[in-house]
Amino acid sequence: MFTYYLDLAVRSLKRNVALTILMIVAIAFGVGASMTTLTVLHVLAQDPIPHKSDQLFNVQLDPRKMEDFKPGEEPNDQMTLLDSQNLLRAKKADRQVLMTGGNAAIEPQRADLDPFFVEARWTSADFFAMFDTPFVAGTGWTADDDDKNARVVVIARPLAEKVFGSTDVVGKELRVAGTPMRISGVIDDWRPTPHYYDLSTGAYAKAEQLFMPFTTSRELKLGRSGTMNCWAEHKDPEAVGAPCEWIQFWVELDSSAKAAAYRDYLVSYSQEQKRAGVYEREPNVRLRDVNAWLAYQKVVPPDARLQTWIALGFLLVCLINTVGLLLTKFLRRSSEIGVRRALGASKRSIFIQLVVEAGIVGLVGGLAGLGLAWLGLWAVRQQPADYAELAHLDLPMLAATFGLAVVSSLLAGLLPAWRGCQITPAIQLKSH
Amino acid sequence: MLHMQDVSKVFRTEMVETHALRNLSLEVCAGEFVAITGPSGSGKTTFLNIAGLLEELTGGKYLLDGIDVKQLGDKARSHLRNEKIGFVFQSFNLIPDLNLFDNVDVPLRYRRMTRGERKKRIESALERVGLASRMRHFPAELSGGQQQRVAIARAIAGDPTLLLADEPTGNLDSAMAREVMQLLEELNAQGTIVVIVTHDPEIAARAQRNVHIVDGVATDLERGPALIRPGKPEALQPTG
Repeated sequence: MFTYYLDLAVRSLKRNVALTILMIVAIAFGVGASMTTLTVLHVLAQDPIPHKSDQLFNVQLDPRKMEDFKPGEEPNDQMTLLDSQNLLRAKKADRQVLMTGGNAAIEPQRADLDPFFVEARWTSADFFAMFDTPFVAGTGWTADDDDKNARVVVIARPLAEKVFGSTDVVGKELRVAGTPMRISGVIDDWRPTPHYYDLSTGAYAKAEQLFMPFTTSRELKLGRSGTMNCWAEHKDPEAVGAPCEWIQFWVELDSSAKAAAYRDYLVSYSQEQKRAGVYEREPNVRLRDVNAWLAYQKVVPPDARLQTWIALGFLLVCLINTVGLLLTKFLRRSSEIGVRRALGASKRSIFIQLVVEAGIVGLVGGLAGLGLAWLGLWAVRQQPADYAELAHLDLPMLAATFGLAVVSSLLAGLLPAWRGCQITPAIQLKSH
Repeated sequence: MLHMQDVSKVFRTEMVETHALRNLSLEVCAGEFVAITGPSGSGKTTFLNIAGLLEELTGGKYLLDGIDVKQLGDKARSHLRNEKIGFVFQSFNLIPDLNLFDNVDVPLRYRRMTRGERKKRIESALERVGLASRMRHFPAELSGGQQQRVAIARAIAGDPTLLLADEPTGNLDSAMAREVMQLLEELNAQGTIVVIVTHDPEIAARAQRNVHIVDGVATDLERGPALIRPGKPEALQPTG
């Protein structure tokens, strides 16, 4: 029977091609606009590490002077080097890591390849286990390497392939800023989105190509990147004890009890620093998990949410338009519906017949909408924003597009189909 | 086959209550050819719609082939209508974008028959009305009389026991009307009950029995001695 309904639907849609195209275009534009903005929002607002985002916490302390103190003020976004090193040594969390962004000059030992710069991260040993970096070869370095300022690096696959033509490079030597470094591991293409562990280098920045112990980078005086905020003059802002915040500090705590205990520890650490005369303010600490941190930092631009609501509103208008067109179309066929009812079609049969017709409009509209969404995302990718290149339809969004199209058109078809099946056959047959 | 007892039908709007049928009682048995006559607005079509299960009765009782239709839901009524009743309308009511084959196919589709069985019945029905050679034509390519013959083919394809015809010759010229009436008489002769609504005395005269409806009240003229018709006139030959 379904094939019969399909056949009837196709005949009906062919009967008035202009009206059919109008309905398909309405659905297509609504779906296309909605899916473009929803995909962008999906990219911007996704959880970058869903399986443990509630176990990773950004740490904030408040070592600033009493000058300009405002009650209820948030602490600094980043940490001083002194506090970071203290917390790292204290080892009060399951894992802890300090880090900052940097740039590294790579000097390939090849005649055909000139030296070049790559984005780098100066960090500590727990980084790889905490943030689940996907290794294709080798591993990260150890805490012992951190302590000894070891000449060791982890590099990303593109860098390995560029310099060595392979990822099988563990144990090989890579010259970084004139210093030979042993490669301990190679990580696969990896781009946590947003770049949550360091938003100061760009909320949607690409992942770094090279990772080196923070201690080693300081000893080699390698350049750093990202923001730095100082609240007093100091001759060397990067020195231990300088009144400048520029370090990201993250801890891993696998239970809420541990998180509460760690927060208490941060309070007692702040009190201790105040007693020692290092801090002037009362303890003001924050411990935010990944999603709370992203929300606090307002990573998703408000425009993206607004555009999504506008696009969904547009879809609603398109759907109402389609409801109107389908209603007109179905009610104009009252006499045919009356004949079918007289010849034995139940209300349910008529309802299914009309819903199938609406479903076809939705399916074709959805396919066209998919094309428009693809076009819309291509346009987004031409924008200068750092997230632009991430705007691609992935499998879940592809499925969502189809789902949205079919559900939308079925919703648009339900009322007209219901009205259609309520047609009183007796009146239609006499007035035909 | 068709048993109505004190059937009434009231149409209500906010302002007006219209009694289309009042305590109508009627029995139509197997093999009968009954004409329903009466002036316009007397309730003839309402009677036909209730008899054809297209409208629900307000009061009384209606048994179709022993089944009390008042108790049935939409699905069961539709099924019963499809199985037992064939309709022929004044305006033919063919679906314009279906060819003759597909038009005759409509009632069979709702009976969930196999493709082969449907094909056999469609060809046989179109054969009976003399249009088998034109089954791929569309209604607009036919004359009024031919369209009504297709409508009859559609009505009989499902082999109903009751054929309800509402002014089936109303839109036809006299030659075509004779042709259609002859076809209905042939079907009746083969055992199908025919109930025809008409206000054409010539058509009514060809029925075995006349029921006259005025202001929703029916009088069975067969039982009024002065008005009993003597019998069927000779069937007319079809033209072209």
